[in-house]
Formats: sequence, structure tokens, C-alpha cells
Amino acid sequence: MAGSGTAHLHAPGEALLSVTDLTVEFPVGRTGLKVHAVSGISFDVLRGETLGLVGESGCGKSTTGRALMQLPRPTSGSITFEGRELTTLQGEEMRQLRTSIQMIFQDPISSLNPRRKVRDIVAEPLNIWGIGTKAEREAKVNKVLEDVGIDPEAAADRRPHQFSGGQCQRICVARALVLDPKMIICDEPVSALDVSVQAQILNLLEDMKVRYGLTMIFIAHDLAVVKNISDRVCVMYLGKVCEVASSDRLYQDPSHPYTNALLRSIPVPDPTVRPDPTTRIQGELPSPLFPPSGCRFRTRCPSAQERCALEEPTLRDLGDEHYVACHFPVGHSEAPPTDQSTSRAVAPSI
Amino acid sequence: MTGRSSSFQAEGRPQEGLLLEVDDLRTHFRTELGVVKAVDGVSFTLDRGKTLGIVGESGSGKTILSRSIMGLLPKRNTIRSGSVKFEGRELTTLSTRDTRRIFGTDMAMIFQDPMTSLNPVMKVGAQITEGLKKHMNMSRSDANATAERLLNDVGIPEPHRRLDEYPHQLSGGMRQRVTIAIALACGPTVLFADEPTTALDVTVQAQILDLLAAQQRDRNMSMILVTHDLGVVAGRTDEIAVMYAGKLVEKAPTAKLFSEMKMPYTESLLKSIPNIEDASHTRLEIIGGRPPNLIHPPAGCRFSPRCPYVRDRCLTEEPPLVEFTAGHTYACWYPVGSPEYHEKVAERSALADAGAAAGGS
Repeated sequence: MAGSGTAHLHAPGEALLSVTDLTVEFPVGRTGLKVHAVSGISFDVLRGETLGLVGESGCGKSTTGRALMQLPRPTSGSITFEGRELTTLQGEEMRQLRTSIQMIFQDPISSLNPRRKVRDIVAEPLNIWGIGTKAEREAKVNKVLEDVGIDPEAAADRRPHQFSGGQCQRICVARALVLDPKMIICDEPVSALDVSVQAQILNLLEDMKVRYGLTMIFIAHDLAVVKNISDRVCVMYLGKVCEVASSDRLYQDPSHPYTNALLRSIPVPDPTVRPDPTTRIQGELPSPLFPPSGCRFRTRCPSAQERCALEEPTLRDLGDEHYVACHFPVGHSEAPPTDQSTSRAVAPSI
Repeated sequence: MTGRSSSFQAEGRPQEGLLLEVDDLRTHFRTELGVVKAVDGVSFTLDRGKTLGIVGESGSGKTILSRSIMGLLPKRNTIRSGSVKFEGRELTTLSTRDTRRIFGTDMAMIFQDPMTSLNPVMKVGAQITEGLKKHMNMSRSDANATAERLLNDVGIPEPHRRLDEYPHQLSGGMRQRVTIAIALACGPTVLFADEPTTALDVTVQAQILDLLAAQQRDRNMSMILVTHDLGVVAGRTDEIAVMYAGKLVEKAPTAKLFSEMKMPYTESLLKSIPNIEDASHTRLEIIGGRPPNLIHPPAGCRFSPRCPYVRDRCLTEEPPLVEFTAGHTYACWYPVGSPEYHEKVAERSALADAGAAAGGS
């Protein structure tokens, strides 16, 4: 989590996707060192829910999204989707399952093949799976394009460079939807877009979620955007989960000092609110090669104490489906001491 | 921090008053498809020590405007007219040699993407000292010492070690701090910041904007902050100019712009930002479509094809820039708050209610 723990998970069978103790590490050359990208996180997503994953660059949110797709396979941990364990699925089984989980990426222009026509880009998944007749496939492509607000007549024979960033993102959404997936993982889908286009894409994703009955994981660094689209938000820092709560609850009562700092960094479109530099978190993200011992946020935390270096906080229930991994949460009582405190301080320290 | 900057503020320079005057600046590009009118008659002034925010979507011409003022555009196929006066001196007619003396020393610029605006094969130190040696005639050791102090000013830990590093060894936020150090090196009187934080995380964005504000205060520098996000400029500028399709469509002191905005485009831009105080799943109000093609801009008001309050007159007659109160100008026939505006708002909400009723039955 800044701590570990599984207190926030729903009962088995309730969730569409559930992730326990997911760890992703990347070896660094032959040095024997490892990048601790994601370190034992757990979360789940209910059917029809939108879960927001939020945090700074380097917090492991994109790695988490990719690990769900087994791209690459996680180092350890378990991921179950509709009750099936994904981490042990092999070859053909995994390939088939990927049709029900699709991804949308940050840069819409580079995620479309510049040499292909829009029609072919969107039709490719159907062609690969040989779904329907040629006419049915064509009708499906036209319908999906229309759903995302692209006129198939005018657009289908054009190539990605003839479209703006926002339109390219719509095409990416169409491509992800064409196989009728159950779940969509959106990895920073609006970070590269203007605010006006960002609003269009956010509304589009909300509409598509209803029309296609989707479950969504929405990854972003901007809490205002995440709050707008998500039912529940999971805040990440340096490969750990800090706080999990419904988006409204998280905003009203941010309990982890990191969540608090993130909220205060959002620029407010109101000139009467003066930016306050004293509330910023200082410094940079520590190296994921040598994450701090105990709570990983302690090196930048305004309320860090000795206990934070020795003992890793675990997610605990603050009531009302609000979970925080912090010994000294903002506006709440201190975490009770745990008897396993000494055995928990295992992470390498700087 | 403060000690350094004072040594760079040229003695005898006035601390306030007019610094930059841009008058009817036009920048057009000849292309195969026709002439792109990227900047089409923009006028504004900037006082010493003040910050102007220029806001608009991609394609509204805000980046070309700042580059045109800085003279950073290619000469070929570019048609530039109008006047840019800096400290009373006309810049558009200066020779390349003379412009070089002004840009870099008196006027400096930082760009959106710190990854591409730094030279990847040059050490950070060399990139900062380049300008110091060239413009300030500093010796190598003086330049190195100044560079180290600059890195310290912009909040880079262990500045001495960083001088010997390459850009790829730094994080995105650190790189942007380095570009700021380079821009500040010769003590400019005006700094152009073109989307300085768009490529960065929100937490780093806040740090960089704080840094710019602090440096600006210490150096009594003027700043032009170009962005697409009204949230970024709200608490940090004295004045805001909103640009659309190559023209200024509204300009006002920051507080006035937010409290009495007149131009429907400004209103739409503000409404499209997700508000953190709204409940989740609040529907965002969007501006349909995208900025117009600047080869054949729409007749009449250029925003008319996307304007929710459009009327016949908007389609044929171009609204002039009129003054509402002192310093607050806008270009709209039926501005926010006018009777015609309220009429359209009522029409739209009636339509929405009817739609909801039809959907419910």
C-alpha cells in the first residue's frame, strides 16, 4: 500500500474480475536487481462497475492494466475473471479469453496502424475470429462506428492521419467494442487530449458502457477525470494500493495523505481559489529498484513517523466500503498496533 | 533564490509599465491546399511583471501566436504582418542578428514537451551554459557556477551532479525544470510558457506552476502562459485571452472573465472541465465538433457552427471585438447574459425536458 491486505475485496463469486496479491517485477539486465513495478496489490471489479486506478507516473497503474491482459504475465499473484484463473491459462485458451477483455490506450494516433483504412482497422478482430458473413461483418463495423460518433460513410475509407486525436480515440473505442467484450481497460484514454475533446470521450465511454453493458477499469492520473467516470476508485503509489473508496466518498473524506495531496494538486477553474504551494507533496517518486521500507509513501509523507518505516500498513476498513492503508490516516484514528509488526518490515530499505 | 535574481535584473530598468505590444498580428501559411490563416489579426498588450494566459483548443492558433511573436517560424511560405513592439522597439523588422540579441536574453520560451526540447546528446550543464557564454560573455567557470545556481533555483537536488547528466537520466518533471533553468539563464523580462505542464502528471504540474510563479515574482518577469485548460490559468494569471480559430474572442482580467464571461466559447470551455465537486457520473457539457478549418473559416462568427446559442445573424456577419467594461472585450452578437441568450437557454432546457419525457414514456 502504501500497504498490503485484502480486507476490501468482495466475497468470492461477487466480482467479475478479482486480483489478489498481484506482483509484477522486471529484472534489470544481469545486475540481479529488480524493478518492483507492482508489489502485491489486490482489488476486484463488480459486474457493470467502473473502477478507477489513479496515481502518478511510475505508480504501476499501467503495468497493472497490462498484467490483467497477461501482457506480460505477472510475476506472482492470482487474477480471476468470471471465476477462471487467468495467470495459468495457456496459448489458445488465453487467446480466446482476450476477446472478452479489450484495451484502449493513451495515444490514439500511435495505436492505430497509419497505413490501414478505418474500416479495416475496426473489422480486423471480426476477420481474425471469422465472425459472421462478410455482409454481417460490414454491418457490424458500420454500427459500431456510428455508435462512437463516426460517420461510417465518410470515414470508413480514410486513414488515421486524416482524423483529429479525438476522432482517432473514437475509432480506438470502436475497435475495442466490435467483439462485444465484457470488460474494457482504458489506460489514460484522455490524457493526450484537449479538455473539450476529453469531455466528449468521457461522455462517449459512459454511453458505451450502458449500451454495451460493459465493466470498466479506467486508469488515469487526474483525480477529477477519474471521479467523473468511476463508481469506485483505487489510489496507487509506487506499486501499492493506498486507498479504496467510492468516488464520492474518496473526495469527501480523503484519508490517505497521498490521496489528499493528489486532490490538492488538481487545478481549480476558479480564480478565487489561490494555488497553495505549501500543500504540495515534495520531491520525486523514489526508485522502484529500492522501494522504501514499511510504507512506501513515507519518504514524501507530511505525517510520517517512525512506525511508518518499520511496519507496512495494511488496508483497513473505515466503514462504508472505505479502505485505507495508512497508520495515521487524515481525520481518522490511528491504526491499532499489530503483533506481526516486526515480521512485516521486510522490504529493502534505502 | 532571490539573491541571484536581483543581480540579473538590469539596473535602471523600469519595474512597471508597458512591455510588449502586439498589434493586428497576422500569420498565414501558404500550403498546397490554400492559405492557412493561423493567426488572424490579434492585438494585446502586456505590462511588466504581469501574467497573461492564452487559452484555446488545439488548432486555435495559440502556439503559432507565441511563436510568431518570438519570430520562431520558418521564413518560407509564412506571411507575417502586423506589429510586435518590445520595450518600444519594433521586432518584426529587425535583422536576424539583432533578433538573436533579444530572444534568449530578454525574451525566452519553454515548450510543452521537455523530452524533445532538450538536446538528447548534450549534457544538461552544457545546454544551460551555452546561452550564458554566448549572450552574457561569461567565462566557462562563471557559467558553470551560474548553471549550478540555476538548477538549485528551479528545485533540482544535487545540482552539481546533474550538470554532468544527460536529459534521459532525468524524469519528465526534472527535464521541464531544466528547460525552465535554460529559459531563465539570461534573466529574461518576458517568458513564454507554451503548454508547460500538459505532458506532466497533476502533482508535477502543480509543482512546475508553483515554480514558475515563484521565479516570476522574484525576477519581476512578465509571463505568457499558453494552455488549453482554464483550470491551469485560473489562479495564476492577471489577465486571460481566449483564442478561437486564429482570433481573440474574449479578453478580460482573470477574475472578471470567470465572473462575467460573455463569449459562449469561453463558457463552453469552462463547462467541459470535470469539476471535482460534482458527484461522479455527472454528465459533462461538451462543445460538439472541432475547431474549423483555417483555410476556409466559416463566414460570420467563426464559432457559429458549434455555438449552442447561434442565430441567423451569427452565420453572416462577423461580430467585432467590443468593450464590455474596462479591459474586458469580447466578440459576440448575443453574449452570455443577453436576452437572446436567455431565450436560447430556455429553449434548450425545454427541448431537453421534452426529450427526457419522451424517453421516459
